[in-house]
Amino acid sequence: MIQINSLNARLWSKLGQRGTFGITMLELGRDIENLMVISADLCSTSGLDRLRLQFPEKFLNVGIAEQNLVGISAGLAKEGYIVFATSFANFAAMRSYEQVRLNMGYMGFNIKLVGLGSGFAMGMFGNTHYGIEDVALMRAIPGLCILSPADCTEVVKATFAAATYNGPVYLRLTGVANNPIVNKEDYPFEIGKAIPLKSGSDVAIIATGSMVYHALEAAKQLESRGISAAVINMHTIKPLDTETINTLCREVKLIVTVEEHTVVGGLGGAVAEYLCSNLLAPRQLIIGIPDAFQKAGDYQYLLEQNGLTGPQIAERVSSILNGLVKS
Amino acid sequence: MTQQDQTLRNMEMMAARMRRTALDLAYSAGPNGAHLGSGLSIIEIMAVLYGGILNIDPHNPRWEDRDRFILSKGHGTLGYYTALAEAGLISSDELSTFEKNGGFLPGQPVMNMDKGIEFSSGSLGHGLSLGVGVALAGKKRGRDYKVYILMGDGECNEGSVWEAAMAAKHYKLSNLIAIIDANDMQSDGARCDIMAADYETIWKGFGWDVATVDGHNVNRIYETLHAGTRIDTPSVIIARTIKGKGVSFMENNNEWHHNRLTLTQYDAAVKELNP
Repeated sequence: MIQINSLNARLWSKLGQRGTFGITMLELGRDIENLMVISADLCSTSGLDRLRLQFPEKFLNVGIAEQNLVGISAGLAKEGYIVFATSFANFAAMRSYEQVRLNMGYMGFNIKLVGLGSGFAMGMFGNTHYGIEDVALMRAIPGLCILSPADCTEVVKATFAAATYNGPVYLRLTGVANNPIVNKEDYPFEIGKAIPLKSGSDVAIIATGSMVYHALEAAKQLESRGISAAVINMHTIKPLDTETINTLCREVKLIVTVEEHTVVGGLGGAVAEYLCSNLLAPRQLIIGIPDAFQKAGDYQYLLEQNGLTGPQIAERVSSILNGLVKS
Repeated sequence: MTQQDQTLRNMEMMAARMRRTALDLAYSAGPNGAHLGSGLSIIEIMAVLYGGILNIDPHNPRWEDRDRFILSKGHGTLGYYTALAEAGLISSDELSTFEKNGGFLPGQPVMNMDKGIEFSSGSLGHGLSLGVGVALAGKKRGRDYKVYILMGDGECNEGSVWEAAMAAKHYKLSNLIAIIDANDMQSDGARCDIMAADYETIWKGFGWDVATVDGHNVNRIYETLHAGTRIDTPSVIIARTIKGKGVSFMENNNEWHHNRLTLTQYDAAVKELNP
């Protein structure tokens, strides 16, 4: 049984989200009789070598064929298997998009599609390997649940939750090794229920995935400038926790969304679509990756280039907030 | 008359009834039109599957050991729905809701296990991957069911077909049987003009067991499907068919890929089927 504690949180952090996913799947391999884990030639990259060796009957490699990955997953899911299918986020979400739409959305099969190395995690591989539009694409498909864990501990929680959730899930893994730690102790994780990490009365920063840590860093800096910032971990992007957003609308002057994803159609889009019909909604600032392809670089470089580090987020929030106060 | 002769005779009569009903359905669809060309080219294949091959129980469409059928070329519904009706899975009243607003029998199939429709289809190139998953599940659980997938020859343009073809051979899925409705035409015209490919050679190259039959000869289709499959090898039957088969002005005429029937055309077509 996987123990959630600070020691494991540090260990998982060193491995990053992919490796932590693999450890969790090994546990699920022991627990779930009708589990099938399928990869499109990314078994090792998914951290699944140990599962493959210990439970070979529960693992399948379909080769470099993402459309077939999702199609075969659907056939198995139809026959009652709980299927986890893995590939890099860009391939999982884009190369097989119509298979995802028809098999996971339209027919609603119980497939957990795992997007590895999303956002800028693939660094020097460049734009072909960046997962910067996957949330927008997945979100447009009716019926899909989208999970975006904040750190490695939450990868464990989200993977367990996805396995017991009866329906299609897109699990988005972000960040690289030495993944920053947000959660050191066990905590309740419920799909569709955002987690308030810090309260605040001026601004609410709603962050997802890798950006939750940076949002917390930003909040610390804002506090030192006398700005009270709440931070919310929106680990489920769909269905969106509108109840939590309603509460925030009553409490703050500005809502900020932060994601390692294009500013088109991701968490920011989801929150904006909800807020625009709410007459009492405060202004919203969408922080994410600009709508453009960029030069390749390492992970940290790309975060900085896109203003996605704590200090940069604090700076933008503070300048917008000052503008609001003046107007 | 032996029992096999009787089975063959029954399937031939079933095909004749299905072709006639398909015309009624297409006419009833009115201005919505229907995929007549393809619906008519698969009639004998569907009659053999539902009349003599598939091990199914119309009273228990979810029976775990049933054979699975996947209509990957989803636009073949005129042949599919009429076969399901013959098999007792769809009533004639239900059949008359073909292409009616909000109904469960639109122009392309919608998954409906109560009616024996295993998957939704319509977008081409998806069915073989689904079939690979279903066949793998059968092997893993030691079940004896077979998985039949009907595809079009035009559909085989799709790259995803070949991802699945590679996998079926690699996983040694002898319980998987693909049937190609090889009518040599696709939406824009003759297959040889649009995307000529020697499918027999290609399927062999992928390691499949390949048989080519006259897709309107009930005896030959039945014989080939009845013969069983080779150990560790998926099978494909290339059924040579005629698009629009049975109605002279529709045969090999791509105007009937998807079209509406006027009353005059309907009467002329019915007269040809029942001279």
